Amino acid sequence: MKYVDEYRGAEEAARFCRAIERITTRDWTLMEVCGGQTHSIVKFGIDELLPDKITLVHGPGCPVCVTPLELIDKAIMIASGPKAIFCSFGDMLRVPGSEQDLLMVKANGGDVRIVYSPLDALKIALDNPRKEVVFFAIGFETTAPANAMAVYQAKKLGVRNFSLLVSHVLVPPAIEAVLSSPQNRVQAFLAAGHVCTVMGYTEYEPIAKKYHVPIVVTGFEPVDILQGIYMAIKQLEEGRCEVENQYARYVQREGNLPAKDLIEKVFRVVLRKWRGVGEIPESGLGLTDEYAEFDAEKRFALASYTAEEPAECISGLVLQGIKKPHDCPAFGTRCTPEHPFGATMVSNEGACAAYYRYRRHAARQQAA
Amino acid sequence: MMAHGGGGILMHELIEKVFVPAFRNPMMDVRHDGAVFGVGDARLAFTTDSYVVKPLFFPGGDIGSLSVTGTVNDLAMCGARPLYLSAGFILEEGMETEKLWRIVQSMKAAADAAGVDLVTGDTKVVDRGKGDEIFINTAGVGIIEHGLSISPNSVRPGDAIILSGDLGRHGIAIMAAREGLEFETVIESDCAPLALTVGDLFAHGIEVHCLRDLTRGGLASALVEIAEASGFDINIIEERIDVREDVKGACEILGFDPMYLANEGRFIAFVPAGEADLAIAVINAHSVDTSAAQIGSVSANKSGGVTVKSLIGATRIVDMFSGEQLPRIC
Repeated sequence: MKYVDEYRGAEEAARFCRAIERITTRDWTLMEVCGGQTHSIVKFGIDELLPDKITLVHGPGCPVCVTPLELIDKAIMIASGPKAIFCSFGDMLRVPGSEQDLLMVKANGGDVRIVYSPLDALKIALDNPRKEVVFFAIGFETTAPANAMAVYQAKKLGVRNFSLLVSHVLVPPAIEAVLSSPQNRVQAFLAAGHVCTVMGYTEYEPIAKKYHVPIVVTGFEPVDILQGIYMAIKQLEEGRCEVENQYARYVQREGNLPAKDLIEKVFRVVLRKWRGVGEIPESGLGLTDEYAEFDAEKRFALASYTAEEPAECISGLVLQGIKKPHDCPAFGTRCTPEHPFGATMVSNEGACAAYYRYRRHAARQQAA
Repeated sequence: MMAHGGGGILMHELIEKVFVPAFRNPMMDVRHDGAVFGVGDARLAFTTDSYVVKPLFFPGGDIGSLSVTGTVNDLAMCGARPLYLSAGFILEEGMETEKLWRIVQSMKAAADAAGVDLVTGDTKVVDRGKGDEIFINTAGVGIIEHGLSISPNSVRPGDAIILSGDLGRHGIAIMAAREGLEFETVIESDCAPLALTVGDLFAHGIEVHCLRDLTRGGLASALVEIAEASGFDINIIEERIDVREDVKGACEILGFDPMYLANEGRFIAFVPAGEADLAIAVINAHSVDTSAAQIGSVSANKSGGVTVKSLIGATRIVDMFSGEQLPRIC
């Protein structure tokens, strides 16, 4: 497939592996921020091809994983109502709330629908004027333009039965949270290519400077990731700390300006709670006052609800790169994709699920 | 509460925990698509399957053609030539007669194509709201006309694993029709009867060890089950697995892995390495728009696992998937 196959070639991958081997003189720890990159690394076995000196830790960039428990509970409360049609991306449906998940709500007769775009949810609202249609607007900057477009259109069309349950999060504050943790061991970052396709990478430049870390905007195919790692290691070995762009075939320094304008029109930066991590100031997006009527939390009077996460789950430490999935005593035994404790085991992009699916046996041996 | 729909680990658990203990007998092999037994001098295969697919009509097929083809293919995977089918219909009150007519016509066409007769049946009507328009159960009997034992127990180290064609068309066709997804091209189901192809493998004297069609759970689940049951490791090479461009594109968008997608006209055959080329030629003689390939082999290691050499040359394990694949966010 064009634009994909050429970044999955064995020869090209081997060429970068040799180059990485050649320039690496000491131990380095890198974090890939995005869950999509984690999935690629584990699926294609990228880390197995790297020199032992390089450690990859998996970052907090899985939007499904970091959506806080109370938001899942709120989604479940809304979806259980008789008048609601609750629309969501597919992989949110299996994420455990405090007592159940959205798939169980659906099995019990709730109208829960998988959609591929928030605009599909808006169409459902137009087709069902007597129902309250709610879209679960989660994600990083990548999904923000489409979610912004849905409410922008809804307001323009005067749609009254459509709202968003918003849990948008932002990458730069998450990187800063990792870097400012006393337990931090990450020395360089692979930033998420898709996020930067929208936002560009100017906001990473002050972070690289302040914390003296190289940041390489990186794509998702094996050759992209290997090239991103090469560029990061080269910076580390040469003592540089710059923002570089491996994913130049899609990412421009300024990002996608019309998309950014739309985000700014509809959303404002707010404090957000991250599952497993806690509250991070100015780390997410919420609707502006102008669009407040489309806020499902207000419409369903759920703003004050809170929930506590189960103490046993270490997904927060996994998300921050402090622990690996198999460091958890419950991994693969009491916590599995069929019976997950936390969201990192549920989502396709979650580090625990990726480890479970592609290297459960290897992980067990390593732990033993 | 039941949540066992996807054909992965959850379904596996349900069968092992509920049905096997209740019905255990020498003939039952939970890891096979049907039962094989002798009657007089003849060896027969017997199988049943129920069809609840949504939507009823999809590009490349419908619930009717599927209900015939699926059962015919289960018999073929036992190494049998399908002879007779039964059909049980559960109809929801209010279902349009025209739809039923189309489904029945499609069953007839599929039976003719597979060379089987539908010889007995039953119809029940349930109240409106108690069914989903139509459910179909079919059962089938076939005759085994060779002396081979087609089973994971017959798998031997060194066996070549032949995949009969490209992966994933049925799974994507159903998903696209069910969710109203529009791709640039319409992806049609690969739904097709396999009995004639498989019969020809035997007719050419190929010593087939094991056969498995790649329905729910896809190639990955089939390989994992056979590796577990045979006790031998299976090694496959990702590069050799054919996935059509449009299916690949759909998988990239939805975050699916083609190895786990359902197929209704694809199977894997375990044959001695020396007979791999002949088996591929025989299968290809029956294929219209796809071709068979050897995707891997059975190793002498006895950990009972499946590994795949990824496109960039690293090795990883292949696991059974739990539940249904859900489309991802981005």
